[in-house]
Amino acid sequence: MIVAKKKPIEEIIDMVKDYPKLLILGCNECVTVCEAGGKKEVAVLASALRMYFMNQGKDVKIDEVTLERQCDREYLEEVRKTIDRYDAVLSLACGVGVQFMAETYMRTPVLPGVDTCFMGVTEERGVWTERCQGCGQCVLAWTAGICPVSRCAKRLFNGPCGGSTKGKCEIHKELDCGWQLIINRLTELGRLDDYEKLMPIKDWSTERAGGPRKVVREDVRS
Amino acid sequence: MSEPKTPSKLEKILRAGHPAVTSECGPPRGSDARHIIKKAEMIRNHVDAINITDNQTSVTRLCSLASCIHLKLIGVEPILQMVTRDRNRTALQSDILGAASFDIFNILCLSGDHQVFGDNPKGQNVFDLDSMQLIQTVRHMRDEGKFLGGDPIERPPRMFVGAAANPFADPFEIRVPRLAKKIAAGVEFIQSQCIYNVDKFERWLKLAGDRGLTEKAFILAGVTPFKSVGMAKYMKNRVPGMDVPDEVIKRLSGVPKDKQAEEGLTICVETIQRLKEVKGVRGFHIMAIEWEEKVPEIVERSGLYPRPQVD
Amino acid sequence: MRLQYPSAVRIILLPCTGKVDLIHLLRAFEKGADGVCVVGCMEGACQFNSGNLRARKRVMQAQEILEKIGIGGERVQMYNLSSSEAPRFVQIAEEMTGKILSLGPNPIKRAAKKKAA
Repeated sequence: MIVAKKKPIEEIIDMVKDYPKLLILGCNECVTVCEAGGKKEVAVLASALRMYFMNQGKDVKIDEVTLERQCDREYLEEVRKTIDRYDAVLSLACGVGVQFMAETYMRTPVLPGVDTCFMGVTEERGVWTERCQGCGQCVLAWTAGICPVSRCAKRLFNGPCGGSTKGKCEIHKELDCGWQLIINRLTELGRLDDYEKLMPIKDWSTERAGGPRKVVREDVRS
Repeated sequence: MSEPKTPSKLEKILRAGHPAVTSECGPPRGSDARHIIKKAEMIRNHVDAINITDNQTSVTRLCSLASCIHLKLIGVEPILQMVTRDRNRTALQSDILGAASFDIFNILCLSGDHQVFGDNPKGQNVFDLDSMQLIQTVRHMRDEGKFLGGDPIERPPRMFVGAAANPFADPFEIRVPRLAKKIAAGVEFIQSQCIYNVDKFERWLKLAGDRGLTEKAFILAGVTPFKSVGMAKYMKNRVPGMDVPDEVIKRLSGVPKDKQAEEGLTICVETIQRLKEVKGVRGFHIMAIEWEEKVPEIVERSGLYPRPQVD
Repeated sequence: MRLQYPSAVRIILLPCTGKVDLIHLLRAFEKGADGVCVVGCMEGACQFNSGNLRARKRVMQAQEILEKIGIGGERVQMYNLSSSEAPRFVQIAEEMTGKILSLGPNPIKRAAKKKAA
């Protein structure tokens, strides 16, 4: 899922301080799972902001709504009738949702309440780690299911580099060396001979480098 | 032995069967090239070629390419070190041509230390290619005379292609397969990480030899003299991929502080003399970091002076 | 035991402090409470295993938020005692009341009064 983390409250206060009527809009999917922007987080943030502004002697109206997602038009329609009551919307969805809201409601400022980080997994409650960078040409079949783009700090296709120490990456002693993981898995699968195959130069045109991306399925378009 | 494929002096010496000697200089953190020229002048008669590091440890320095050109202009044979951390494939190929335009005939292909170690930890990194793919690229440009994109190159580069190897890094099981990979990618000479655990190096070399790899690439053994027991301990504990046996630390601790540098040099010379006898070692890469003035002494005491003349 | 404790303390009964969520703590202050005290079983002796441990974490989260928004993190505290320790409860109630009295009323109330004036 997309993993995000809450923005520091000081930053949020600075963003919303000039908007006396604010809607905090949560999302029921990824940001709920990583406990950054779901219904609970919306309630806590709303209460904290209300108290902050009350303490400043400012009159603010802060409402709370959580949509199923903010990346499909149908769900954004839920606030169509009420959005004009607000001076701004603070969206706790990932960057995708914030932007889609902003595109759909062009006359209302839409502000981000979380920092969107990466596509990853829940290792355990409270710990999320990156797994995929959306390179657009998945090579996992050749690297025993471990991604050299997202799990190697240098995205080497023929790693490990000389800095790999006791299975850890040179940049942080708690970070697993992606290539050590690949070698371990190839060994477990009895495929260590595959290690010597040279991985070809990557086509990065389907990654960020190629520009904003699009997927079209003509066969399902109406 | 075999016919050289490039005008590289280093290649000629190796193919003629002599043990080669290379060394390394780091460029300054400024634009005064006299700094690097002075270092090169100090050692020019005792080595066959000099590596110029490429923003090593991700610390911004005068670039390797410009430094190599300065060396070329004073008649010293440079080895261009090129990392893939900072340049995409366009810039890499372009810089290779830049080097070739000055008739720089040696290149060492590396991935590069991550930028988190340097002075720009917030910067981007590139890694469009990795070190093995860079080796393939240089060979492609040289042997096919074409760019990666397929177009022909006017006056293709003629470069002797090298890479690094670290028999002491983890995991040991893939250190020889990794060497095999680099050779399959097209590498022609290898400089190893500096050796203190000679037994382990010999073990790696033997495994490589069993696979015929020592016949396919010229392996130069890396050595670095210790200036003090403090330096030895630092390298043992703080530098990843370094293997410093306890006996070496003990030997250095056993001499008074003002004699440790001398002892460090002696250990270095002994290592070279031992490895000279080992089959598969085709030369030495002396990395005397910030101690370049000792390179001539090391070369002479190891019986590697004078250096052979090749046309 | 019919022991006396300060009348400023209002008790809300729960089956376990694990039932207290972060929002409950914040809402109390939003509605004007001067202090909130969460009193749970001794650690290791929670009737429902780890409810009191979760409560402690949530109290810490509330402290951080209240500190950042200028209300004061010390106004919410967690205490642990066993249900048979009535005198200890009185001690806690007195300690908490004393602390809140020295901190003063919830600044929101003061700000609201100033606005009304």
